[in-house]
Amino acid sequence: MAVIDKTTRRHRWDTKFAPYGYVAPYFLIFGVFGLFPLLYTIWVSLQERNLLDEAAAKLVWFDNYAKLMADPYFWNAMGNTLSLWLLTTVPQILFALFIAQLLNRKVRTRTLFRMGVILPNITSVAAVTIIFAQLFGRDFGLINWVLGLFGAGQIDWQAGTASSHIAIAVMVVWRWTGYHALIFLASMQAISPSLYEAATLDGASGRQQFWRITVPLLRPQIIFTTIIATTGNMRLLAEPLLFNPGAAAATGGSDRQFQTAALYLYEQGFTKYDFGYSSSIAVVLAVATVIVAGIGYLVTKRIRTE
Amino acid sequence: MRPKALALGCVALATAVVLAGCGSDTASGGKTKLTIGLFGNFGYAELLKEYAAAHPDVEISDRTASYSDHHKNLAAHLATSSGAADIEAVDTGYINQFKATPDKFVDLNTKGGDQLKERWLPWKWEGSLSKDGKQIGYGTDVGGLAICYRRDLLQNAGLPADRDQVAALWPTWQDFMNAGKKFQEKAPEGVKWFDGGPTVLNAIVGQASVGYYDKSDKIVVGENKEVKDAWNLVVDGVNAGLSSKLLYSTPVWNTGFKQGQFATVTCPAWQMAKIKDQAGPEAAGKWDVTSVPGGGGNWGGSYLTVPKSGKNVDKAVELAAWLTAPEQQAKVFKSAGLLPSIPKLYEDPSIVDFKNPYFNDAPIGKLFTDAAKKLNPQYQGPKAGDIQTAIGNAMQRVEQGKQNGEDSWRQFVGDVQK
Repeated sequence: MAVIDKTTRRHRWDTKFAPYGYVAPYFLIFGVFGLFPLLYTIWVSLQERNLLDEAAAKLVWFDNYAKLMADPYFWNAMGNTLSLWLLTTVPQILFALFIAQLLNRKVRTRTLFRMGVILPNITSVAAVTIIFAQLFGRDFGLINWVLGLFGAGQIDWQAGTASSHIAIAVMVVWRWTGYHALIFLASMQAISPSLYEAATLDGASGRQQFWRITVPLLRPQIIFTTIIATTGNMRLLAEPLLFNPGAAAATGGSDRQFQTAALYLYEQGFTKYDFGYSSSIAVVLAVATVIVAGIGYLVTKRIRTE
Repeated sequence: MRPKALALGCVALATAVVLAGCGSDTASGGKTKLTIGLFGNFGYAELLKEYAAAHPDVEISDRTASYSDHHKNLAAHLATSSGAADIEAVDTGYINQFKATPDKFVDLNTKGGDQLKERWLPWKWEGSLSKDGKQIGYGTDVGGLAICYRRDLLQNAGLPADRDQVAALWPTWQDFMNAGKKFQEKAPEGVKWFDGGPTVLNAIVGQASVGYYDKSDKIVVGENKEVKDAWNLVVDGVNAGLSSKLLYSTPVWNTGFKQGQFATVTCPAWQMAKIKDQAGPEAAGKWDVTSVPGGGGNWGGSYLTVPKSGKNVDKAVELAAWLTAPEQQAKVFKSAGLLPSIPKLYEDPSIVDFKNPYFNDAPIGKLFTDAAKKLNPQYQGPKAGDIQTAIGNAMQRVEQGKQNGEDSWRQFVGDVQK
């Protein structure tokens, strides 16, 4: 009897706790690589601390945040971040919808095209940026050469605020549009053809079908991609950093015209070694990302059928 | 019984793997693996082979990154006490920042460095000495200062090409700019007198008796008339259209050498290796070297440090001392043109009489040792590298037409005083 009792008890224990055991690895890994760094960053942001001199760190509570709120270069970086967020996220999603629509038709070598759109995404960001920085070169860049054929003057892409933002946005959009297009495409294929057939019978044009049927039914995916794109684009670092290589890379241009918040964090942390201050930038940027993603969610949630 | 034996076997195997993992710094055959982290061109490829041949128990691998990446990675590696190479090169622009935390590095004075002290120029030795007397790095090269110029471009614009006559064109930097204006009148489309304002400005600032800091580590650049005069002079040159507006050590600047976009570039000794790498063999003999306006000067030069986090500190110190020894510095001068930081070599005939065939057989030995002897070292403060970046940005704002000279200067002074 005693033996049976023991096994049933073990069985009950098993069904009760085993599920936690199965999901535990994720939470363990998240705890080590997600939660702990986050909490540690908050802790460091309350300190005055040199990157190389941990021993001399001292707790200053919210001094870093007070300094940050009064720092014009931080607000400049936040402005650039928001501008780049708009310039990247909106075209990304519009182009992705358009490309997905094209790929959803019965064209020849369809698989090849579908695979092709993901190629930019699996290319190394450093390689992409270096190539694009050359394309946008002032004296020998391909883009200026093409513009020159049409009689436009040479543009110093890195020098201007608008021109540098456009150049960086092009890199990001080029890299991520295909990824979003594939997500849209997968969902488009799940839309019942009977909806389109009925709409055709009612005399709806292709354009009307796209905006009135396809886009509303893709709402969950559009919300998802908006949030994914927002979290990615709010912390742009590699593109602006490598767009302007050299000793001054971290300042994002001669007048910080394309320095993003993530790049400002990098400058404070790794060229000025101000670990505490750069951690406070990280915390504020994380909060800002949540807010902007929330706005993106509210906007995309309004998509609906009339 | 069997499962248990299997488990035991696994434990034994796992232990063996872990032990092997711990011992991975010692390569097979008991060799010590040393890594050395460099930037740019130190001219060490041959020397490292030579050292490994003479020391069969040592295996050396080197990794080279760009100037700014190298120093930023080093800071990150030191902060986390992992990932740094056994030997890490540090440039003059960064040495002050690193020597502020000397405990991250091996104090070379405790490893026999104090006995080698006499090798180096006194100011080179002091450059890497922390406030509490710890020596964090052995000096490699010093920059010195000269002007590299394109013979063909000067000649075509009706200026002399011979190096003594060229030097006679510019006793002062003002003369240098005046010669540039003459050059620009006849220069072909797209070719400018100098590469970029920041490069010229760094050279002139490097000659000043006081630079960005005074000796008490106070930032004085805002009140420093010498620097402000240099600024005004370069701004005038930029406004007169003499600048290609390329920032040094960037890919577009490298392209500028290849495309021949500028006729002159200020030339610390290490610049010659860069020019040779960038302009390539087809430009051999087109470049020449002559003396710099305003006498001597210094820009750059480096140190080899040994981070404390390394596993083979003693062997690393030994290699660093060997690489910076007089014999090796002499070899590097001949192969890559880096000017030794060892005064004894300035009298050595094999150095003094050395001519560089790439630069039209310019007597770079005499040129640079003369300059090094005249050199009046300037005190570098803790964030000299940062300020140099900031003034470069400021000059670029003028070149890009974003600000006039005065506004840009004011913004620069405000930035560095923060």
